[in-house]
Amino acid sequence: MQSELAIVWIYPDLLSTYGDQGNALVLEQRARARGIATRTVHVRSSDPVPRDGHVYLIGGGEDRPQILGAERLRKDGGLHQAIDRGAALLAVCAGYQIMGSVFGGEEGQPVPGIELLDISSGRGERRSVGELAAEVDPALGLPMLTGFENHMGVTRLGPGVRPLSRTLVGTGNGDGTEGCYAGRVIGTYLHGPALARNPALADLLLSWVVGPLPQIDDSWYQRLRDERLAAVLPR
Amino acid sequence: MSQLPLRAQLASALGRTAATLSRATGRGDGSVIGGRVGLMLEPDLLRKLAADRTLVLVSATNGKTTTTRLIASALQELGGVATNAFGANMPAGHVSALSSAKDAPFGVLEVDEKYLPEVLDTTNAGLVCLMNLSRDQMDRAAEIWLLAQKWRRALDGKPAHVIANCDDPLVTWGASTAARVTWVAAGQRWREDSWCCPECGGPLDRAGSASLGQGTGAPPSADSSWACRECTFHRPEPNWVLDGEDVIDPRGTRWRLDLQLPGQANRANAAMAMATAEAIGVEPGRSLSRLRTVTSVAGRYTTVERDGRSLRLLLSKNPAGWLEAFDVADPTLPIILSVNAQGPDGRDTSWLWDVDYRILRGRPVYVTGERRLDLALRLAVADVPFQLCESFDHAVTALPPGRIDVIANYTAFQQIRAEFNRAV
Repeated sequence: MQSELAIVWIYPDLLSTYGDQGNALVLEQRARARGIATRTVHVRSSDPVPRDGHVYLIGGGEDRPQILGAERLRKDGGLHQAIDRGAALLAVCAGYQIMGSVFGGEEGQPVPGIELLDISSGRGERRSVGELAAEVDPALGLPMLTGFENHMGVTRLGPGVRPLSRTLVGTGNGDGTEGCYAGRVIGTYLHGPALARNPALADLLLSWVVGPLPQIDDSWYQRLRDERLAAVLPR
Repeated sequence: MSQLPLRAQLASALGRTAATLSRATGRGDGSVIGGRVGLMLEPDLLRKLAADRTLVLVSATNGKTTTTRLIASALQELGGVATNAFGANMPAGHVSALSSAKDAPFGVLEVDEKYLPEVLDTTNAGLVCLMNLSRDQMDRAAEIWLLAQKWRRALDGKPAHVIANCDDPLVTWGASTAARVTWVAAGQRWREDSWCCPECGGPLDRAGSASLGQGTGAPPSADSSWACRECTFHRPEPNWVLDGEDVIDPRGTRWRLDLQLPGQANRANAAMAMATAEAIGVEPGRSLSRLRTVTSVAGRYTTVERDGRSLRLLLSKNPAGWLEAFDVADPTLPIILSVNAQGPDGRDTSWLWDVDYRILRGRPVYVTGERRLDLALRLAVADVPFQLCESFDHAVTALPPGRIDVIANYTAFQQIRAEFNRAV
């Protein structure tokens, strides 16, 4: 890695519906707390996606911006090159669906994705809105996943990915799992600042590109997690 | 209005009785239940009550209640005005408002953004005032691009005269199918929802704008023009312009606002109100003298006293609203922030991450509300020191006597207002 950690936020002009900026802010803060300098790049959808970033983020959005975002990412090709070079990616909600082979458009019509993850998505019967809690794949060694979902998507996972977690509360992919991962790419329906509620996930993304990280003071993160999980998990 | 058919008269009267009962039993201010009873008895009541009046519908994400109040104040120059002053902004509230002032020749109705098409269809209102659209309570509200699309369809083919803020690209797009539009350059501080062309999805080029992201907002600037790089969609030439403290009318006359309501957002609301009032025949000099008498609106901007502390109450429901509240808050004063996530607030607190809190660095910041831990983490990540308080009361007593600003979201604001006998 060079001297600065480059965080690349893809298309905030299209895909930043609600608090997606939080993921970038949490990564910056957690890198900074370890003495790692960061540089965050906001890539407008009219501009090329840089190939040399370290952690990439893409957020949620409405149907039409999602379709536009997918078209532009496909034409651009930069994200694929960055991932091939070893960058990490967190793709959220609409951004998660874009990473697959196909997703549902405004009228449920199939729209091609960019095929970075072996998943395919469509529109479900009803909107899933609310708190989500899920047990993360033990192979990743992370604590419980907590967050908020707001989507109508149903996502089928192919053999090329592993489920990120098994849901205890909430809908996620729609089959009892939530999100998925493959290599250094993580997708999730947890919209907005998923990393604020899951700092260990933020550290996982960081450690993939900078190596092992020392512990930092997590007390505010932990208090919020405890409160949210206590509010939704059956006692 | 006095010619209401018998059934509508009865429905209207019974609705008012229900409202009175609701107030008498302390259940609420009665404006929703009264309207519901009326609509149950006469589903066509809203249309009948709206007929034969000059009716203005006011809609936006932020500033609806205040702008409704300002327009209603201005129209009092001409005669009686029926209005839903307390923000009951769906059809039941509209029925209640129009019922309670049956003979008023004017009506000014705040309308929830989603309900605008339905209310416009029902009332056939002659005037529609549209101020801004931005992200708001996404767990229950419609997506705003979709919302603007519905406004377009609703206005298309109707005779309504629209008064719209042309500095907001999404509002401009939503209004531009109307038969007649008066464009007001009222400014747009929050720009994170308008970097893309609503017409074609291409990039919008914007003058005098901060760079994308971070939600710091654009400084109020005289040049707020914008244009799509890929299609012909661009900001229309404004008829009215808000220029700092002044409003410039279509004849080029400059009016110093000198409002009692604070902040840039209220100057924008006033510009919209003056343009709307003129469309109905109140010239700017007359409307402005009315606007200057408004000091607070349903508790917003009011100052309450407790144990030697003067607390100014500011309501902010979404990221754009927080930017406006920061503009009003005094940087030399301590500030209490209170956040809930009940149904009316939206149960999702993600929006906190769209607000740039760094402006609060250096002020004593006190954090309370049912979702204070969400806000605490948000501030910690932004490197804003704060004190966490179990309750609003704890926050007040933790602060020394003197002036204090309070920013709260919807139900948090109502809880605080209730502690002060529903301060208005």
